[in-house]
Amino acid sequence: MLTLIAQLTIDAADIAAAFLFLYGLWRMSSPVTAPAGIFLAGIGMLAAILASFLYAFNVSAAARVQLPINIALAIVALAAGGGAAWWSGRKVMMTSMPQMVALYNGLGGGAAGTIAAAELLGNRMHGPAQLLATLAGALIGAVSLSGSLIAWAKLDGVINKPLRIKGQQLLNGLAMLITLAVGGYIAFSVLAGIAPVIALPTLIYLFFACALIFGVLMTLPIGGADMPVVISIYNAFTGLAVGFEGFVIQNPALMVAGMVVGAAGTLLTLLMAKAMNRSISNILFTRFGNLKPTDPADAGIAMRYASSVIIVPGYGLAVAQGQQKLYEFVKLLQAAGVTVRFAVHPVAGRMPGQMDVLLAEAGVPYELIVQLEDINDDFANTDIALVIGANDVVNPAARSDKSSPIFGMPILNVDKAKRVFVIKRGEGKGYAGIVNILFYGDNCNMVYGDAQAVLIKMIEAVRGLGLSSAA
Amino acid sequence: MIITGVVGLYIFMLAAFSGWVIIGGVPAILHTPLMSGSNFVHGIVVVGGLYTLLNASTVQEQVIGFFAVLLGAGNVAGGYAVTGRMLAMFQSAPHKAAHAKRSHAKASHSKKA
Repeated sequence: MLTLIAQLTIDAADIAAAFLFLYGLWRMSSPVTAPAGIFLAGIGMLAAILASFLYAFNVSAAARVQLPINIALAIVALAAGGGAAWWSGRKVMMTSMPQMVALYNGLGGGAAGTIAAAELLGNRMHGPAQLLATLAGALIGAVSLSGSLIAWAKLDGVINKPLRIKGQQLLNGLAMLITLAVGGYIAFSVLAGIAPVIALPTLIYLFFACALIFGVLMTLPIGGADMPVVISIYNAFTGLAVGFEGFVIQNPALMVAGMVVGAAGTLLTLLMAKAMNRSISNILFTRFGNLKPTDPADAGIAMRYASSVIIVPGYGLAVAQGQQKLYEFVKLLQAAGVTVRFAVHPVAGRMPGQMDVLLAEAGVPYELIVQLEDINDDFANTDIALVIGANDVVNPAARSDKSSPIFGMPILNVDKAKRVFVIKRGEGKGYAGIVNILFYGDNCNMVYGDAQAVLIKMIEAVRGLGLSSAA
Repeated sequence: MIITGVVGLYIFMLAAFSGWVIIGGVPAILHTPLMSGSNFVHGIVVVGGLYTLLNASTVQEQVIGFFAVLLGAGNVAGGYAVTGRMLAMFQSAPHKAAHAKRSHAKASHSKKA
């Protein structure tokens, strides 16, 4: 009776947790509801963890003898692992967040891998499907563990250069083949009845070692700027591994949560790669700078959540007659508490003072318009610079490249801003006909389109958040 | 309850579909918080660790189970802490509505506890 009640309680808590994970993640996919989303998921997690102590009512006779020790170990492990991670997660600087995500993700992959190890070494699997799921979870979990740790080390500066050796791809391919071969051999021997899995501990250790090494080799050559995408891949990996191990230990909550993250993480990886204008294989196997187009809505929302924005208007704004829409967008940002200023280059446009006239015509208050020499030092502590149809006047080559025809011309130091969005009609060059190295910077995204059309989309996106009615 | 391979595939398919749909169309500004949030969600692996540890009958199994719980707990706690901090940045002044809702949820939760 007691075991039944215990099992029912666990099931109820797990169903609630699975629902709260789905609902919480769904809430997290909009900036407005996101903070509440993680809180809901947290409640689900807490319930599932507490309920899982009830497993104690339903263990084998051999394990029952060990229960007091095991429960004590569980509490110690929860307190130590949870405490250390909580402390580090609260304490770490905001800029170090990505590597912390990598680290915690690696821990999760490691946990999935160790569960697989317990199943394999203790021969607790029933049937071929469980054996294959265990092996798959072990492989993916171990790769995620070692790969995430390398990603963490790179982002944290412990490893500060992409490590590439000749024949790297061949070596990685070989490592993957060996890992798969060892795993395949284990599966084959067990399924063909040659040896029970319990007789193969050496091969199992070898399998884990190969998987861990493969994770390291796969991550080492990837450059630091691509790490967020790589972490996202490993995040999806860990999800998959957790899902597989959930099937092995017959826990549907793990299966659901793991597979949701596996799928969500995969899509997220694709979206991130798209935002960087890179393909996944391009990121994993090469590294090359590129123009990174982004969506007007994404750019608009990013500015809505920035604390300071400087707008650099240029000829493109005048051509598109976008000044009215621009000021409308600015008023929305101001209503949301964003500090917005306009930086005007003396020769922006096709004649001196053209931008001042244009902005004045749209009703922009004069005190928001700042001239080059007064604003140039402020870009460094500005969250986002929005360049609209300006090109040569924001080209850092004028500062750095002596061979450039515009070298020595005073420019607006847009490239120093934390993030830059450039609204442009296409990939064409500016009036001077030279390449703008600003566009290739890690902090720069291109928003292609007619300035007025783009601004309308930005306004819609920010209005869509539903909080800017004050404007 | 026994989940067979086929039932497992059904669960995986439905869960994968849900995950895909839930994340679809998310703005770029949320990519990192969502990655972190889903990182927290797969921390549920700690439950599997607890299952393994509580069912351990040999020293080897106890050691493995201990590490499974240790690592899983790190995933959960760290994932929550980091995600919470990231998302707190979205709670600026005009977000009173969302904020009020959240503190309300908190209050009703502590009442239950």
